Amino acid sequence: MQNSKTMQAPSHKRGNSGTSGARRLGDRIFFNATLIFALLIVAILIGLLIVLNMDAMPAINKFGLAFLTDSSWDPVKEVFGALPAIYGTLLSSIIGLVIAVPVSLGAAIFLAELAPRWLSRPGSFLIEMLAAIPSVIIGLWGLFVMVPVIRNPVESWLGSTLGFLPLFQGPPFGVGFLAAGVILAIMIIPIITAVSREVMEAVPDTQREAMLALGATRWEMIQKAVLPYCRSGLTGAIILGLGRALGETMAVTMVIGNSYAITESLFSPGVTIASKIASEFSEASGDVYIGSLVELALVLFVITLLVNIIARLLVWRMTTVKAVIG
Amino acid sequence: MSKLVRSLTIPFSVLLIAAVGFSACGGPSGGTSSSTTVKSASLTGAGATFPAPLYTKWFDEYHKLTGVKVNYQPIGSGGGISQIIEGTVDFGASDGIMTAEQQSKAESRRGPILHIPMTSGAVAVVYNLAGIGSGQLKLSGDILADIYLKKITKWNDPAVASLNPGIALPDAPIAVVHRSDGSGTTYIFTNYLSKISPEWGSRVGNATSVNWPGDIGGQGNAGVAGQVQQIPNSIGYVELAYAEQNKMSWATLKNKAGNFIEPTLEATTRAAEGVILPDDMKVMLTDSGNAEAYPVVGFTWMLVYVNQADKSKGETLAKVLWWAIHEGQEYTGALGYARLADSVVTRAENQLLSIKYQEQPLLSR
Repeated sequence: MQNSKTMQAPSHKRGNSGTSGARRLGDRIFFNATLIFALLIVAILIGLLIVLNMDAMPAINKFGLAFLTDSSWDPVKEVFGALPAIYGTLLSSIIGLVIAVPVSLGAAIFLAELAPRWLSRPGSFLIEMLAAIPSVIIGLWGLFVMVPVIRNPVESWLGSTLGFLPLFQGPPFGVGFLAAGVILAIMIIPIITAVSREVMEAVPDTQREAMLALGATRWEMIQKAVLPYCRSGLTGAIILGLGRALGETMAVTMVIGNSYAITESLFSPGVTIASKIASEFSEASGDVYIGSLVELALVLFVITLLVNIIARLLVWRMTTVKAVIG
Repeated sequence: MSKLVRSLTIPFSVLLIAAVGFSACGGPSGGTSSSTTVKSASLTGAGATFPAPLYTKWFDEYHKLTGVKVNYQPIGSGGGISQIIEGTVDFGASDGIMTAEQQSKAESRRGPILHIPMTSGAVAVVYNLAGIGSGQLKLSGDILADIYLKKITKWNDPAVASLNPGIALPDAPIAVVHRSDGSGTTYIFTNYLSKISPEWGSRVGNATSVNWPGDIGGQGNAGVAGQVQQIPNSIGYVELAYAEQNKMSWATLKNKAGNFIEPTLEATTRAAEGVILPDDMKVMLTDSGNAEAYPVVGFTWMLVYVNQADKSKGETLAKVLWWAIHEGQEYTGALGYARLADSVVTRAENQLLSIKYQEQPLLSR
């Protein structure tokens, strides 16, 4: 019912403005075609959820909610729990964000506000090119070039100077949460930088001019006029990066060390949901084992959904607060 | 000039399309009509990645000899097993024996399924110890199990040292590396440890991927080899061919007879001669009783239904496999695989002779 109402509204309007019947028909076809495409996307999403749910059923029935809190993964005895994978997914993404956000925002501010034109154009182009490198290549580079550097000097230095913190204890293997976080940072920096730069460039020049006219320095202008104006856009950029970090598979699998355990040390090997699925799905056998891997996929689905909802709320709150202040 | 080119392109492209169309139609129709020769028949298989280079070579050579096309997709043993159960391929391939559940599933749909051995492979235990070259480090199965159980955590542990007098083992923690992806290599390795160590059998067990007590997982042979080569004082396990290609240091392992054996193709072939071979060939060759055998060895099998649904396909399949276990064995050594021992070939022959179409055997001696 709702649909037919909205469907008539636009054609009615155009009918009054005196267009021919043929054009109205064209509009209607166009409307329906786009509607079908829009519904198709929703249908794919729902279909995906249904299929995942069906395939995960043997595991859901067997373990129930304990699946989320159990930390064993034993294909021989068929006991599965998701906690280490959830922990690893969140931890590696957070490390990635902690490294990537300052770097990306700094780069974006430089490219949008400070760099001369001859530098900012090729600079942004190069950063966007970084996003086009396939993740398996970044993973191989990470394994053979980055991991040895992380092992020595990075981890051995951190271990000897900050080793009193539980974060930096244990043998420096090179592979582990730290390596995974760094590789994720490298992969999400281009996205966050590119989106942030565009958001900053969209800030009207009148804002900047007003700030400068008040006698602000360049830094004060950026800090007080540009950044607050595009805060919601910047949050969006970061969330986009986080989304990619949560789901990234191949590169992380190659450098995280793939050990199914929860440890507070960033040096120790761990696992993410995506890397666990990629590693074991092709050789998994038995309904419960496959079901558990599929249930992991469901968990990842829910985590990304939650992250997006939280991000939306954040953006929404910021924009309303700004409106009140404005 | 350009006009001439344009006037020619249209007839040419029509010809081209027609030719492509005809050849596309020609393939399948030739395969289904049983009156034509088997030459145009084609087979599809899927499964284990470990023997894929050998299988590709075989099917390429066989195609040159007979014109029969065999398309093999290395999607992993688990994938091969589920595809043959579903019946979407003509044969499956696996590095592990199908579980009882999988076998009964397959049997309920299409009758008994054969595990036909094609070649055997060894798993080399590799390490990265400064100053200790390949073959110098000696290990036994129970020490290996204790290292992987994280009960022996240092290289200069008395148990390791007692096997290696005269070698300066470092006072350093052992970084234990395993395969993170499910694999036949892991199946053979954990099968060996389960046979040797009761504790391994009860705590960890035998499967294509297990609940590892220790340290680091590498993705594929390349991942494990990469970690072992990079991390000082590490230990790992990879396929023999992979260890050879990468010139990695490997340990000599104590076999059942008490001899320390290096992983070689010859010692791999010997393994089948110290194990009681059942007629169905569903046997693991680990911890062989042969005095010259390397202990971490396993078959890789083709999975084929006894009752073939299509006469010409079934006949072609039986012939291809017959060729593979005889002439095909010539290609094993160069690619890093071990030949089948003669006693194994005899049994595989019997298995192939049992393949039938509507109760009629498809091959005869």
